[in-house]
Amino acid sequence: MQEFLEFTLGGVSQGMVYAAIALSLVLIWRGTRVLNYSQGAMAMFTTYVALIVINHTHNYWLGFVVAIASGLVLGAVVERGVIRPTTRRPPLNAVIVTIGLLILIEGLAGIIYGGSFRSFPPGYSVRGFNIGHVALGISPEGLYTTIAVLLAAAGLALVFRYTAVGLRLRATAFNPDVARLLGVRTGRVLTLGWALAGAFGALAGVLVSPTTFLYPNSTDLIFVLGFTAAVIGGLESPLGAVIGGLVLGVLLNYVSGYLGSDLVDPAGLVALVAVLMLRPGGLFSMSTVRRV
Amino acid sequence: MTLLKNLAVTVLVGIVLLILSYRIGSFHDYELAEVAAYVTAVGGLTMLVGISGQISIGHGAFMFIGAYVAALLLQHLRWPIYLLIIAAAAACAVAGGIVGLAAARLRGPYLAGATLMLAVALPEIAGRYQGVFGGDQGLDINVTVPSALGANFQLTQWLAWVTCLAALITLFLLANLVNSRVGRSWRAVRDDEIAASLSGLNVARLQILAFVVSAACAGVGGALLAIVLANVSPGTFTLTLSIALLTAAVLGGLGSLAGALWGTLLFVFLPGYLTNVAQSHGLNSSASSSVPIAAYGVVLIVVMLVFPAGIQGAVRRLLGIAAPAAGAPLTVLRRQAAALDPKEKSTTTLVGTAPPEKGKGTR
Repeated sequence: MQEFLEFTLGGVSQGMVYAAIALSLVLIWRGTRVLNYSQGAMAMFTTYVALIVINHTHNYWLGFVVAIASGLVLGAVVERGVIRPTTRRPPLNAVIVTIGLLILIEGLAGIIYGGSFRSFPPGYSVRGFNIGHVALGISPEGLYTTIAVLLAAAGLALVFRYTAVGLRLRATAFNPDVARLLGVRTGRVLTLGWALAGAFGALAGVLVSPTTFLYPNSTDLIFVLGFTAAVIGGLESPLGAVIGGLVLGVLLNYVSGYLGSDLVDPAGLVALVAVLMLRPGGLFSMSTVRRV
Repeated sequence: MTLLKNLAVTVLVGIVLLILSYRIGSFHDYELAEVAAYVTAVGGLTMLVGISGQISIGHGAFMFIGAYVAALLLQHLRWPIYLLIIAAAAACAVAGGIVGLAAARLRGPYLAGATLMLAVALPEIAGRYQGVFGGDQGLDINVTVPSALGANFQLTQWLAWVTCLAALITLFLLANLVNSRVGRSWRAVRDDEIAASLSGLNVARLQILAFVVSAACAGVGGALLAIVLANVSPGTFTLTLSIALLTAAVLGGLGSLAGALWGTLLFVFLPGYLTNVAQSHGLNSSASSSVPIAAYGVVLIVVMLVFPAGIQGAVRRLLGIAAPAAGAPLTVLRRQAAALDPKEKSTTTLVGTAPPEKGKGTR
C-alpha cells in the first residue's frame, strides 16, 4: 500500500511533464492541423538558454522566466518563418518541415553547446517528502512540477474561456474561414497559438531537465511520451492532454516500480500502439470522423 | 516494355559497378558498399512516402532489425550471406506488417508519431540487453571472402560486390512494383483515398502492403550495412539515421528511385565534407559532428518549401521531360492548384475534384 502510494505520487509529477508537452501539441494541432515534431527540440533549446542565464546570474527564477519567454518567441518565429509557407501545400510537407526543424534545432544545439551531458538545477529540493518513516514518493521539486503545470493549464483554460483573445483562439481552431469572415485576424491568432505552445514546451523542458540531464537529444523520449499522452487524450482537447499525461505518467511509474525501470520505454511503446489500435481518436472520443 | 528497360538499366549499372570496383581501390570500394546499403533503405522509404503517401520517421528502426537479425543468424547459425539478407528482409517484412496494420488505421500525424516512437525506443531497448544484443557494444559480424576468389582478393571489393548486387536486385524489384498495377493503386490511394476506395481498391490492404515492402527494403539495407560496418550497435541506428534517410529521400525527390540514389550519394559523402569544413573553421570535433545534423534539417525545410520535387524533379525539368506520376509532390500540388482554381479543373487527376482542404485554404 505504501509502495502503491509512492509510485502513484511519483507518477503524477512525471505525468505533468508529459501533460505540458501534450498541451503544447494540442494547442498547435487545434490551430494549424500540424503536429509539431520539433516541440521537444524547441523545449531542449530553450532549456539551454535558461541554463546559461542561471549559470551567469545564479538565479533559477530568472532562468525560468527567460526560458518561457524564449519559448514564446521561438514558437512565433517558427510559425511565421517555416510553417506559414506550407499552408497551401499537402499536409505531408508540413510534417516533413517540422521533422527538419527537429533535427536542425538538435544540430544547432550540438554546434553551440556541444554534445556533453549537462546537469540542470532543480527549482526545489529533490529529496522526497516523508511522513515519519514512510516515503511519499514525491519531492518538493515534484510537487512544484505538478503545481506549475496545473497552474499553467488552468491559466490557459481561463484565457480560453473568459477573454477575447481566448474566444478568437477557439473560433479560429473551430473554423478558420468563418472566424476570418467575422473579423478575426486568424494569421495573428495562429502565431499566438504557436507562441503559447512554445511556452508550454519550454515549461516542460525546464521541469524535466533536472532528472534527465540536458543534451541535444535529451527531449526525444520525453517528446514521444508527450505525444503518446496527447494521443491518449485525443489531440483535440486540452483537458484530455492533461489527463492523458497523468494516466501515462502513473502507468509508467507502476511499470518502473513493480516490473523494473528497463521496461519503461517498451511500456510507453506498447501504450501508444495499444491506444492507436484500439481508440485512435483517444480514450475520450465518442466516434471518429475522418475529414474528407 | 518497362520490365525490359528496367532490366537493361540494372544489368548495365551492374556491369559499370563491377568494372568500377576493380578500378577505384579498397577505400572507395568500402564507400561504394556503404552507398549500396543505404540506397536500398532510401529506395524503400521514397516509395513509401512518395508513391503510397504514408510517412515513416522510423526506417532506421527497420534497418536496425535487419542488421541484428543478420548479425544474430551469422553468429549463432553461420548462415551464408544471401540467406542472411533474405532472412533480414523477411523479419522486417513481418515488422513492417505489424506497423502497417497500425498505419492503415492512422492518418499522417499519428503514423509519423508511431514510427518516431519505434525509432527512439528500439535502440534504447537493445542497449539494455547485454546478453542477446551485446548492449551498447553491439555485435560483431565478420564475413570472409569465398576461397574461390583466391587468397589475395580484397574483402572490401567482395563487400562492394555483395552489397551492390543485393541493392540492384532490390531496386529492380521495387522499380517494377512501382510501375505495376500495385504501384498505380498506391498512387490512387495517395492522391485520394476516398476516390480510390470507391473505385474498388482495398485501401487498408494496399497501405499495409506498402509498409511491408518498404520495411523489407530497409531490412535488406540494414543487413548490408551490418556486413559493411562489421559491427551492429544501437549507436548506429539512432533517430538521426531515420531522419537522415528521410532527408535523402526528400532531397532526391520523393517517389523517385533515381532520386533516392542522388539523395543517398549526398547523404554518404556530404557529412564528412561538412565536418571537415567545420573543423577547418575552428569548431571542435564535438561541435563539427553536429554540423551535418543541422544540415539535414536545413535541407528538409528548404527542399519542402522551395522545390518539393527534389533533385530528380530538377533533372526532369532540365531534360524537358514532363514529370510522370512518380513525382509525388508535384501531382498533389497540381491537384490542389486545380482545386483552388476553377479554370484549371481539366488537369485534375483521378475521379472527381478534391475539395480544397477545409480550414487550410485561406487565412
